[in-house]
Amino acid sequence: MENKNTVREIRLEQLFPEVINKKMNEWRFVQMCACRTPDGYELSYSFCKYYDMETLRLVIGTDDAISSITQVYPCAAIQENEAAELFGVKIENMSVDYHGKLIRIDKETPFKEKG
Amino acid sequence: MNIKNFRNLINNQDNQDLEDHNHKYSFCVYAGHVLKNLFSKPATTSYPYEPAHFSERMRGHIEINAPECIGCGMCMRMCPPGAIHVDRAANTWSINPFDCVQCGSCVHNCPKKCLSMNQGYTEPESEKAVFTVVIPEKKIPPKKPAAAPAGEN
Amino acid sequence: MAKRSVVPFGPQHPVLPEPIHLDLVLEDETVVEAIPSIGFVHRGLEKLVEKKDFKQYVYIAERICGICSCGHGMGYCESIEHMMGIEVPRRAQYLRTIWQEMSRMHSHLLWLGLLADAMGFESLFMEAWRLREKILDMFDLTTGGRIIFSVNCVGGCLKDMDSAMLKAISDTMETLYEDMRPMAKTFLNDFTVQSRLKGLGVMDRQTALMTGAVGPMLRASGEPYDARLLGYAAYNDLDVQPVTETDGDSYARCKVRIKELFQTANLIREAISKIPEGDIAVPVKGNPDGEYFMRIEQPRGEAIYYTKGNGTKNLDRFRLRTPTTSNIPPMVEMLKGCQLADVPILILTIDPCISCTER
Repeated sequence: MENKNTVREIRLEQLFPEVINKKMNEWRFVQMCACRTPDGYELSYSFCKYYDMETLRLVIGTDDAISSITQVYPCAAIQENEAAELFGVKIENMSVDYHGKLIRIDKETPFKEKG
Repeated sequence: MNIKNFRNLINNQDNQDLEDHNHKYSFCVYAGHVLKNLFSKPATTSYPYEPAHFSERMRGHIEINAPECIGCGMCMRMCPPGAIHVDRAANTWSINPFDCVQCGSCVHNCPKKCLSMNQGYTEPESEKAVFTVVIPEKKIPPKKPAAAPAGEN
Repeated sequence: MAKRSVVPFGPQHPVLPEPIHLDLVLEDETVVEAIPSIGFVHRGLEKLVEKKDFKQYVYIAERICGICSCGHGMGYCESIEHMMGIEVPRRAQYLRTIWQEMSRMHSHLLWLGLLADAMGFESLFMEAWRLREKILDMFDLTTGGRIIFSVNCVGGCLKDMDSAMLKAISDTMETLYEDMRPMAKTFLNDFTVQSRLKGLGVMDRQTALMTGAVGPMLRASGEPYDARLLGYAAYNDLDVQPVTETDGDSYARCKVRIKELFQTANLIREAISKIPEGDIAVPVKGNPDGEYFMRIEQPRGEAIYYTKGNGTKNLDRFRLRTPTTSNIPPMVEMLKGCQLADVPILILTIDPCISCTER
């Protein structure tokens, strides 16, 4: 039996309804990844149920602010703080906010610039 | 051992005796083993009184067969920490053995197979030193004469 | 009204195995809240992928961590191979499986030694690590290194194992299967060990799933999830059964890892008896373009490798979500309400590997 491993694009306003839909159907949160593109970020939220995996892909601009999903999935706190600190993604309303002090680095947002 | 026996072993059907189901817990389970260890010889080798024994494939340090090297610089490009330097103008090949992580990337990619990974670790020194050898000069092959046309003999 | 105080724990502590920092909020001797903080071994390895060739990066990926080193190299290579559509020869897949399973055994034996050390049981710690030396000798014989192997490459493996080496591994597994029994019996039956582990840090199945636990922590709470059943490498030919317990406390987690040790010794012998002949690597042409999410089962749980290429020889992004990143929220949940003296044991039951967590 083939296990699903798909990526689906969504828009910013669909993020919360999709996440709550996953929580009601007992999908577990697996990872959140940020990738820098020339004019913004590509965020990937991955969810797993049994052996299927589905990823929600969200493309935002450099200065767009998005809401955190820690109110629905509290375990996402560390990964969202890491994306905010290393990439500079503006995430609001995190349940545990480290204000850029989770990883002890000298330079602000070192992964934001390429090269 | 044939394959069918593995199915039973993997499902741990003969490991039921690991837990002591008659008593909930026991005292001094390990005591017999400790006494046996006390009176048997140590499990470690007594280096440096005995010489160290290295395995055949051990990744210790890099050595070069200098006369075979053509100075292509492939090892310099493929080295992840950048420990190798090839200088065509001065005809030298040098490696910093303290930067080398013994990955074997240069050995795998050398077109002339003149690099080899040998046993024995780099000895500790008081300062980092670079190891340099001279490689043969790049020879320019002589121009071949123009081929005679087919009709002539 | 009890008085509250904040005790900083880590990163340097005699009983703590990994450099994690916890601020423990205590009320008398009971922990009320714990705030984790990491970042002492951050090396920025994910940024290095923009500068190094994707074939060179294998050597960097496997040096992210010393204990799970084989799995990182294998996961990275499998992710790139799926993205580029490369078909790896069957023999290379079996070789990778054998090395990864031996890696799982040495990791579990290391953890058992650290658990005994945290409880003060030094002779059991030495026994576990003495058994582990036999596996490290096998690694030295077949790959040339005891901890970091450098045998995985994009397209297959770099070194082959001849029949003498395979027989040596098979014989070692047979002797280990018998030699591990006294140690396993002590862990499971001794009164002192049980009084420190039983009933500590209980987590039921629903909490474990929703807080994001993976690996033996999830399996000890009753959920039979094992990423090896996805069928990557040679696992679709081998008979893998997830080992589960239902109690959900620290004793159950210890039992799951011990049973996995015995199961793995037999899996290795099965793989050696089934290994086919053939090539060990295929040449790789072209540059990676596209993206792929790969899941493999590390000794500590499920790890996810995400690679994204853009057609040049440097990858655009490489992201590794390690099992410990996912196990830290359940650990923080478990620490609420325990005694101060139980904190090191609870941190150890998640099998932390902070070196992987912050690359």
